[in-house]
Amino acid sequence: MAWVLRGLRDGVVTTRYPRQPDDYGDGFKASVSVIAGSGDMLEGDAGRATGVAEKLAGLCPTGAIRLESGLRVDRGACILCGNCVKARPDLFAFDSSPEVATIGRQSLVVPSEDDDSLGLVRAELAKRVRTLRRSIHVRHVDAGSDGGEEWEVAALTNPIYDVQRLGIFFTASPRHADVLLVTGVGTAGMAGPLRRTFEAMPDPKVVIAAGTDATSGGIVHPTYASGDGVGSIVPVDVWVPGSPPSPFSLLHGICVGIGLLAGAESAK
Amino acid sequence: MSPASFSRRTEADRFADSVEAAVRDGGRFAGLVATARDDGSTVLRALVATPALVVIETIVGSGVNTYPALTPLVPSAAWYEREIHDLFGIEPVGHRRLDPLVLPLGPHSARPRPGGSSPASAATLELDFAALPGHVSGEGLFTIPYGPVRSGVFESVEYLVETSGEEIPHLRTRVYHKHRGLEQRFVDLDPSDAVLLAERVEGAASVAHAMAFSQAIETLAGVEAPRSAQMVRVVHAELERIAAHLDSIIRHTEGAGQAVAYARMSLHKERIMRLRALLCGHRFGRGVVVPGGVTGPLQLDPDDTLAEVGQIDRAIASDAKALMATPSFLDRLRGTGPLPAELALANGALGPVGRGSGLVGDIRLQRPYGAYRFLGFEAAEGFVKGDALARQWVRIEEIRQAFHLVRQGLDELSEGDAGPWQYDVTMTDGLALGWVEAPQGELLYLVEAEGGRLVRVKPRCASFHNLALFAEAFRGDIFTDFVFIEASFGLSIAGVSG
Repeated sequence: MAWVLRGLRDGVVTTRYPRQPDDYGDGFKASVSVIAGSGDMLEGDAGRATGVAEKLAGLCPTGAIRLESGLRVDRGACILCGNCVKARPDLFAFDSSPEVATIGRQSLVVPSEDDDSLGLVRAELAKRVRTLRRSIHVRHVDAGSDGGEEWEVAALTNPIYDVQRLGIFFTASPRHADVLLVTGVGTAGMAGPLRRTFEAMPDPKVVIAAGTDATSGGIVHPTYASGDGVGSIVPVDVWVPGSPPSPFSLLHGICVGIGLLAGAESAK
Repeated sequence: MSPASFSRRTEADRFADSVEAAVRDGGRFAGLVATARDDGSTVLRALVATPALVVIETIVGSGVNTYPALTPLVPSAAWYEREIHDLFGIEPVGHRRLDPLVLPLGPHSARPRPGGSSPASAATLELDFAALPGHVSGEGLFTIPYGPVRSGVFESVEYLVETSGEEIPHLRTRVYHKHRGLEQRFVDLDPSDAVLLAERVEGAASVAHAMAFSQAIETLAGVEAPRSAQMVRVVHAELERIAAHLDSIIRHTEGAGQAVAYARMSLHKERIMRLRALLCGHRFGRGVVVPGGVTGPLQLDPDDTLAEVGQIDRAIASDAKALMATPSFLDRLRGTGPLPAELALANGALGPVGRGSGLVGDIRLQRPYGAYRFLGFEAAEGFVKGDALARQWVRIEEIRQAFHLVRQGLDELSEGDAGPWQYDVTMTDGLALGWVEAPQGELLYLVEAEGGRLVRVKPRCASFHNLALFAEAFRGDIFTDFVFIEASFGLSIAGVSG
C-alpha cells in the first residue's frame, strides 16, 4: 500500500512528446550546425590557398568537418566535443533540437543537399512499415558501445519517456521484433551475432543505428577490431547521431523508423 | 599530485617472486600492464597498492616471448595474463588456463602489441573463434549460452552456464565480442583528443576516466589543476557516482518486479542526468574534464543547483528507506551471490563489491587526489555479509555521501572567485599513473610519453578486475538469482573488453 501512494507522489511526469514538443528536449545540445552563409567566404581558391580547409578540418578529432562545395559537418561522425564551436563560433553552432535522426546517411552531412534518390528510399520505408504503426517491438543489440547508449535506451522505459504509451515495447526475442536498435561501433566480435539477430527477425523490419559510434565508429574508429559503424554489417534504415543520443533523439529515431514522424532532412 | 608511486625493476625470472613478496607484505595486487617496444621486447609492469602504488617492472626479451607466470603465486593476475597473452603474444609459463579473453586469435596470427610503432590492422590479425575452449560434458550436464544477445537492454557479454538443472555450479564469462582495440587507438593521440577517447572507454564512468587520465597527464607535466577546477570535477564525478549506483538499484528493482520502486528510482536517475546536462550541456558530463583543469565553470547557478540537489537527495533517501524495508525485495537479495571476505581480500575486490564483503579501501581516502584532499566524507564501510544485499547497502550509503560531497563542492564554488579553470599542460617524457575511485571501484590509468607523444595509455577498469570474481559469487545460487548477482556487481563490459 505504501508503494501505491509513493507512485502517486509526483503526479504525472510523462512527456507529451511526440504529440507536443517538450521543453527539456529542446533545451539540449544535440548536434552541430554550420551557421548559414558563414562558409561562403571559404569557397574556391581563396580558401584552398591559405590552408583554411586543413585548419578547419584539424579542429575536429573525428574528421567531421569538410570543405567540399561549401563548409559541411558530418553529424554522423561528430561526437559533440565542441572544439569547433569554441574555436570558430562564427562558423559553427550547437543546435538543440533532439530531432536529428535521418533516413539517408548522406543527410547527416549538413547543410545537406537535396537528394532525389532519398524520396524513393523514404517511400520504400513508408510502404514497408505501413502495418507496424500501432504495436512495435524493439530488439536492442550492443555491437561495441561504451555503455552510455544502453543507459539512454533503458531510460526510454522510465516514467518520463514511457514509450509503452506509444505502443513501443522492448522484446527479448529477435523473432518477435520489428525494429532492430543497434548501438556501438560494430566490432569484429559482434558482426556475427548482429547479423544472425537481423536474420532471425521476421519481415517487415527496420534497422536503426543509434549513436555516432553506430553511424561512423566515432572517435574509436579505426582500430583492428572496431568498424566504421554498423552500416557495413546490417542494412540501416534510420541514423541517429549523438554521443550518446539523448532519449528524445532515440525516441525520434524510432518514430521516424516506423513512420510516425518525418526525418530531420524533411524539416527544412 | 602526491608522490604516491615509485618503480623498481627486476629480472624476468625473478618477476613473479618480487610481485608475490610485495603482496605478501600487505600489498594489494592492482593490475598487470604490458607495453610493446619497437625492438620486439615487451615491458611488463605489475601494480601493487600498499596503498601507495608500487610499480614492479621487467622486460621480456624479443626472442624469448615467455616468462614465469604470476598467476600460480598471485591468483588475481590470472585474467591480466590472459589479456596480455591475447594482445602481445607473450606466454606466462605455468598459467593454468590460458584461454583467449579479449581477442581470440589463431596460433599464427600477428598480435596488436599496443605501444609498438607498427599498429596492427584487421588484415594482419587472424580472428579464430575456434581458439575458445569448448563446452563441458558429463552425465546430465549441459551448457546454456546466455548472451551476447539476450533479453533486455544490456551490453554484449556471453555467460556460459554449466549446469545440471537449476543450480549454477560453474559459470564462464566471455567478453571478447565487444573488444574495440582501444589501447591501440590511444597511441599517438594528442592528449586533448585522448581525453575524449578516455571518456568513451566506459560510458557509465566518463568523468572518472577523464579525471584519471588527466591526472596522469598533469603528473607528467608537473602541474596541478586549479582548485576551483578540482571542485567542479568533484561535483561532476559524484553526480556520476549517484547515477551509476541508481542504475544498479534500478536493475535490482526491475529483477524483483518492484514496479513502483523501479519507476521511482528511474525517475530519480533521469533527474540526476538532467541536472548533469544543465551543469555542462552533456548528460554524461563529457567535455568537462581536460588535462590541466576543466573547460569552464558550472553552467547553472550554484544556489539553484543546491536546491535541486537537496530535492533529489531527499526523494532518493525516502524511497531507498522504503525499498530497504520491503520484505519481498529484501528476500531476493539476502544471501544471494555471496562473495566471502577471504576471497574478496585475496583478489583485492574493488569498489562496492569489495566493500560489501568487509574490505576497506576507498581510493578517495587511501590515496586522496584533487579536491578530495580538502573535503570531508566517510567511506561506506562496515558491511560484511558479502551478499547482494550488502552491496546494495554500500551503494545507498555511497549515494548519501556523494550528495554530501556535491554540496560541499557547490558551497565552495558559490563563495570563491571564479576561475582560473585550466592551466597549460606541457607533457614531459616519462611514465605516470592516474587514479580515481570510479563508481565501479579503483580506476587506474598508466600513461607513457616519449618524444612529446603518447606511446602507451592503459586504462585499468575496476570492472575488469572484479569480473574475475563474478563467477565465484554463484556458489549455490540458482538461475532466478542471476539478475541480482549481475546487477549487484554493477560491471561495465565496455571497460572489461577494452
